[in-house]
Amino acid sequence: MTDALAERSKEYKYGFVTDVEMDKLPKGLNEGIVRAISARKKEPDFLLQFRLDAFKWWQEQEPPAWAHVEFPPIDFQDIHYYAAPKSMSDGPQSLDDVDPELLKTFDRLGVPLHERERLAGVAVDAVFDSVSVGTTHQDLLNEMGVIFCSFSEAAHKHPELIKRYLGTVVPPHDNFYAALNSAVFSDGSFVFVPKGVKCPIDLSTYFRINASNTGQFERTLIVCEEGASVSYVEGCTAPSRDENQLHAAIVELIALDDASIKYSTVQNWYGGDAEGRGGIYNFVVKRGRCEGRRSKISWTQVEAGSAITWKYPSVILKGDDSVGEFYSVALTNNKMQADTGTKMIHIGKNTKSTIISKGISCDQSRNSYRGLVRMTPGATGARNYSQCDSMLVGDQCEANTFPYLEIHNQSAIVEHEATTSRISGDQLFYLQSRGLDSEAAISLLVNGFCKEVFKTLPLEFSVEAVKLLEMKLEDSVG
Amino acid sequence: MLKIRNLRAKVVDGPDILKGIDLDVNAGEIHAVMGPNGSGKSTLSRVLAGHPDYEVTGGTVEFEINREPKDLLAMEAHERACAGVFLAFQYPTEIPGVSNSVFLRAAFNAICRAQGVPSVDAFDFRALLTEKLALIGMDDSYLERPVNLDFSGGEKKRNEILQMAVLAPRLAILDETDSGLDVDSLRIVAEGVKSLCTPHNATLMITHYQRMLEYITPDIVHVLMDGRIVRTGDHTLAKAVETRGYDWVRDEA
Ligand SMILES: Nc1ncnc2c1ncn2[C@@H]1O[C@H](COP(=O)(O)OP(=O)(O)OP(=O)(O)O)[C@@H](O)[C@H]1O
Ligand SMILES: [Mg+2]
Repeated sequence: MTDALAERSKEYKYGFVTDVEMDKLPKGLNEGIVRAISARKKEPDFLLQFRLDAFKWWQEQEPPAWAHVEFPPIDFQDIHYYAAPKSMSDGPQSLDDVDPELLKTFDRLGVPLHERERLAGVAVDAVFDSVSVGTTHQDLLNEMGVIFCSFSEAAHKHPELIKRYLGTVVPPHDNFYAALNSAVFSDGSFVFVPKGVKCPIDLSTYFRINASNTGQFERTLIVCEEGASVSYVEGCTAPSRDENQLHAAIVELIALDDASIKYSTVQNWYGGDAEGRGGIYNFVVKRGRCEGRRSKISWTQVEAGSAITWKYPSVILKGDDSVGEFYSVALTNNKMQADTGTKMIHIGKNTKSTIISKGISCDQSRNSYRGLVRMTPGATGARNYSQCDSMLVGDQCEANTFPYLEIHNQSAIVEHEATTSRISGDQLFYLQSRGLDSEAAISLLVNGFCKEVFKTLPLEFSVEAVKLLEMKLEDSVG
Repeated sequence: MLKIRNLRAKVVDGPDILKGIDLDVNAGEIHAVMGPNGSGKSTLSRVLAGHPDYEVTGGTVEFEINREPKDLLAMEAHERACAGVFLAFQYPTEIPGVSNSVFLRAAFNAICRAQGVPSVDAFDFRALLTEKLALIGMDDSYLERPVNLDFSGGEKKRNEILQMAVLAPRLAILDETDSGLDVDSLRIVAEGVKSLCTPHNATLMITHYQRMLEYITPDIVHVLMDGRIVRTGDHTLAKAVETRGYDWVRDEA
């Protein structure tokens, strides 16, 4: 490791690289690669057709450029679209057979997979580059009829469910990156909670990018049948590298009558160094559909990493009386850029949505909230409440708010509030002069600013999230 | 308790503001510091509290901790606070998002921990707060509001004294606590401060006026001019300043 890299890894403790033999497809994207990915995964034919159709459409599209972020054009032919540890090449195995080197990697990341040490109360699917390494707590989940496995495994074991739901919330032709993902998606998680079942433990996927020059294109699909509920958590990290790496994921959520899905993300991809070198391009399409009456979908995201974050976890409120929520904390430091927010599309009657967005910009970073609230003509009695707060740390950073309202039903009620504040050295000193050390002072300030969002996270993750933000802020404040 | 010798300080990258301060404060004493605008009073208070904007260029400050003189300047701001130094700011800072009660409890427990005293639970702390609120004449509604945010000028000053009452410092430095308070508030706050003065602690009151000193008679009055203490006397000095201004002090210095 070079000194500079070592220095950086000190700040970003997940910046290490695991040395395992990889099976990589050659760089570049063409129909052959798409077919090869599908073949590697021994997929049913309908999935290959799904990919090919997406790829065909993608080839005719131009990359979108409307986000308030800047980056050089991505050379899509200079990326590996598939990389998997050789030891995983025979497809899903039991956790006992997994390469110890891989298990060690997840240990280091704080996500132990072995029976003895794994997190109580959370089932974990661990994804390493393009494949899932394993999923814990299978027995308990089987008993309840809950399916939680890697996407590849689901394609083999539950093709009918995949066929019924895949692409129904984010169609392959939705946008450029959605099409790209639909053509080359590698692994991710599949969750299916049958009618009436309340999933007894949190489900979690941990995404790890390890290989260089490799994109990660995961695909997650969560379906809750009538009256079912689940809480799902996503975490992610990547090595510190000078190059930029593309992560273009799709997450689709579907909630039937009275179902409830809570999706939480703590995103800590490598964000590049102080000069803006390296880091992940995190371009993600996340969307849920409240298909049934009284269904509920709730997104909570803590976005603390990535050179560029470009994503809008959204909810289509189709069922009457359904509820959509978006709680977000986005922190940018160094030269990171974030353009994130949500879309709440109200279709059903008396649908309700809440948007709470907290942006923290430090150093020379750029942090934008972009959100759309659409009340369609049928959305009688619908309501939205939005609150978008920005906090500036230092005077070289940028914070923006771009709210879009489209109201086509006169009975709909929309409220929007926005504030901008600044953490100053004076605030820190004030707190310190009352006995709080700088860590406690920053934690008080950040917690105060983000508390409405943190309290929606599962407890152990909210502790993690607070620690993560404190660590990132410590260098930038004062 | 506090022994300042030839203290010199400046703003980082700026000219000297404090140009050799000597000051002794003993337990049980109340001192007043007066002086023209810009003479360095707030600077002195912030340097004692450990504000990072200032650089000490010379001199020493000893503060007695457990009867041992300690180098105050070597301590960080929060360590000074935990050792019992408290500054009531001339311009208190607003802290959005953090409620007064959460803030006070965090500060109280941080100081307890540093002093090796068990911290208190939310219930007992509430009882303590209720008592101190009454002392300062504030009602409960301030507790759930963000610290100083949108408080009126006078309310901010009162809130500083509430913090002083809760944190019970050994050395309280009050920087123009009287400015901005209406007549009635001044009386309540002054009486509150007075009731907090004991033989074991000391108070340094920075002020331009006699009015606060009418409630709390200082043992010693100092006049600070151009970064130096140019005159020290008893409480009659404060009266003389108020009626005659500073020119005669300057002339005699
Ligand atoms: N952080 C700073 N940056 C630049 N100048 C400063 C700073 N702090 C103090 N000064 C300067 O130092 C001098 C003393 O300021 P200080 O605030 O200590 O005065 P003061 O005696 O408290 O005055 P007042 O009675 O008006 O409150 C002033 O000229 C002020 O402009
Ligand atoms: Mg002053």
